[in-house]
Amino acid sequence: MTVTKIKINRNPIKQILKDKFAFVSLIVLFGLYISVVFANFFAVYPENFSDRNMSYAPPSKIYVITPEGKFSKPYTYNYKRTFNPETFSNDYKTDRSQRYYIKFFAKGFEYKFLGLIKTNRHLIGLDNEKGRLYLLGADINGRDNFSRLLFGGQISLTIGFLALFISFPIGLLYGGISGYVGGITDNVMMRFAEAIMSIPSFYLLIILAALLPANMTSTQRFTLIIVILAFIGWAGFARVVRGMVLSIKNLEFIESAKSIGASSFRIITKHILPQTASYVLVAITLSVPGFILGESGLSFLGLGIQQPDASWGNMLKEAQEYTNILYRPWLLTPGYLIFVTILSFNLIGDTIRDVLDPKSYGR
Amino acid sequence: MSVLVYIIKRILNAIPILFIVSLISFFIIRLSPIDPLSELKLNPAISPQTLEAEKIRLGLDLPLYKQYLRWGGNFLKGDLGVSTSGELVADRLKERIPNTLLLTGITIILTWLVGIPLGIYAALNWRKPADRIITVFTSIGMAVPSFFYALLLLVLAVKTGWFPIGGLTSFNFSQMNLFHKIFDIIHHLFLPVLVLFTLSLAGLQRQMRGNLLDVLESDYIKLARAKGLSENKVIYKHAVRNAINPMVTLIGFEFAGLLSGAALTEYVFQYPGLGRLVLEAVMKSDINLVMASLMIGSIMLVIGNLIADILLKIVDPRVTME
Repeated sequence: MTVTKIKINRNPIKQILKDKFAFVSLIVLFGLYISVVFANFFAVYPENFSDRNMSYAPPSKIYVITPEGKFSKPYTYNYKRTFNPETFSNDYKTDRSQRYYIKFFAKGFEYKFLGLIKTNRHLIGLDNEKGRLYLLGADINGRDNFSRLLFGGQISLTIGFLALFISFPIGLLYGGISGYVGGITDNVMMRFAEAIMSIPSFYLLIILAALLPANMTSTQRFTLIIVILAFIGWAGFARVVRGMVLSIKNLEFIESAKSIGASSFRIITKHILPQTASYVLVAITLSVPGFILGESGLSFLGLGIQQPDASWGNMLKEAQEYTNILYRPWLLTPGYLIFVTILSFNLIGDTIRDVLDPKSYGR
Repeated sequence: MSVLVYIIKRILNAIPILFIVSLISFFIIRLSPIDPLSELKLNPAISPQTLEAEKIRLGLDLPLYKQYLRWGGNFLKGDLGVSTSGELVADRLKERIPNTLLLTGITIILTWLVGIPLGIYAALNWRKPADRIITVFTSIGMAVPSFFYALLLLVLAVKTGWFPIGGLTSFNFSQMNLFHKIFDIIHHLFLPVLVLFTLSLAGLQRQMRGNLLDVLESDYIKLARAKGLSENKVIYKHAVRNAINPMVTLIGFEFAGLLSGAALTEYVFQYPGLGRLVLEAVMKSDINLVMASLMIGSIMLVIGNLIADILLKIVDPRVTME
C-alpha cells in the first residue's frame, strides 16, 4: 500500500475552498441564489404575464449581424403564429418586418427592488412594447419561461432551507431527550420515530399534500408544504442524534455538569447537543437536496405549489407530454436547474464532511 | 439457536412499530376533512346497498376509537374494503405489489452486482484518477431527480422507438411463448430499472468504498500483510469479507429509498406498481385504498428491514439487539 501524504490545513473553510468541485459548486449556488433574490430585476416579464397568441413560442433568436452583413446592436424578431392545416398544428415563423433592439437596464414592469425601492428597470428588455423577448421560449399560456424560472427558483431554492429550520431543531431536541433520558421514554420515543421511518416517505408525502384543502391561498399552501416536508424529514436525523448522545452522555464533563446541579434540559442543550455540531452541519448540507427534490416531486405531480405560482417542479409538469419534450425541449430547463442545484449541494456537503471528518471516506 | 431467539426478538420489536404506523395511517386520514364515502356516493355504479354495507363496515356512526378498532380488526382479517372503482382493495393491491417487488428486487440485485465491485475498485485506487472519476459519476447519478431522468429516458424511447412506453407487458402478451414473455417483461422493465439503478448505485458504492478503506487500516490487515500473505488474499479473503457485513443492513434502507423513488418513476413510465396505485388513490381521494396501501407499504418496509437484519445475524453472529 502506498502511503499518501496529506497536508493538514488547520482552517476548515480554506480547506473547503481549496477543493475544486466545492469551489465551483459554491460559485454556482451563489449565482443561482443571487438571480432568484433579484428575480424581478433579471426577469423580462412579471411572473404571470401571458400572451395567449404566443403559446409554446420557441426561444427568441438574437441577432448581432444584419442580413446585409453589418454588425448591429443585438436585436430580435417576433414570431408569427400560423396554423398549418395539414398537420393541424401551430407553426411559428419569424416575422422579419420589424426589428426589436435589446436594451440593457431597459424599462419594463414596475416592481420594488428588494421589496423597498420602486423601480421599473430590468437587466434586459426590448425597445418596443410590441416585441416579445422569450429567452428560453414560452409555455402553454405564452408565459416567458426564463422569467418564470427565476420566480420559480424563489420557491424551489428556499423551501429546502425553511424545512430545515423546522425539522432540525425538532430532530435535535427529540434525539437529545430520547438519548439522555433513556429507559422507557427512550423506548417509546424511538418506536415512534421508527414508525415514521417505516412509512415509505414519498407515499406519506403525497398523502399529506393531497389532504390540503384546495381553497388555500398560495402562502398558506407554501407554509404547509414546508411543514409536511419537515415532518417527514426529522425522524431519521433524530435517531442518529440519539445514538451520538448515548455515547456523549457518559463522558466526564457531563458528569461534572450534573454534579454542579445543571438541569437535564440545560445539559442536553448546552453541553451535549453542541458536541454533535459537525455531524449536524454535514447532515444539513446533505439534506437540503432531499427537501428540494421532495418539493419538486410533489409539484411535478400537481400536489405541491399550484399554478399560477411557479416552481421548478410544477413547470416540469408540462414536460410530461411526449409532444412537449420532443418538440419543445426548453420546457425541460427547470429539470436541469434542479439537477445543478442538487449536485452543487451534494458536492459541498461531501467536501465539508471530508474536511471535518477525514475518516468518513466519502460516506 | 441464538439466531432464532434474535429473529423472534426482532419480530416482537416490529409489532409496536406497525401498531403506531396503523394509528398514523388511520388518524391522518380520518381527521382530515374528507368524507370517506363521498366518492362512492358520486359513483352511479355503486348501489345503495354497497354504500350502506360500507358505512356499517367502517362504523362511521361510532366514536373514533371504535372506528379505529374496527378498521384494524378488518385489516388483520384481510378485509380492506372496496375502492371507489368498486373493486376490492385487497385485489388491487395483490395485482400491484408483485410488480413493485419485481422492480425493486431487480434493482437491488443489480446495484449490488455493480456497486460492490465498483466500491472495492475505488477503495483500492483511493485518491487516484479512477477513484475520482467514479466519484464524479456517482455524484451525478445521485443528483438527477428521478422524475426528470425518467422524462429524459422517455424522450429517448419515443425518439428511437427502442423501448416500449408504459405498462409491464405488451398487448399481445397472453399469446406469447415463455421465452418471448420473459423478453417482453425485461424490455418493459429496462428503463424504470435503469432510473432506480442509477439513483441507488451511488450510495451503495460509496458505503462499500468507505467500509473497505476503514477495514484496510485495521490491525488484522496489517498482521495479514506482515505475515506475508499475497495482496489478493489480504484484500479478498480478509478485508472485503469484513467490509461487506455492514452493507447487509443497507438493504433495508435501500429498499425504503427505492419504494419511494419508484413511485415517481412508476408514474412517469406508467408502470403498474404500488407507487402509482397510491398516487391514483390519492388523486381520487380513495380513502380505503390510501389507508391500506400506506399500511402495506410500511409492512413491506418493516419486513425488508427484518430480512436485512436476519441476514446480517447469519453472516455476522456477533450482532445483538442494541
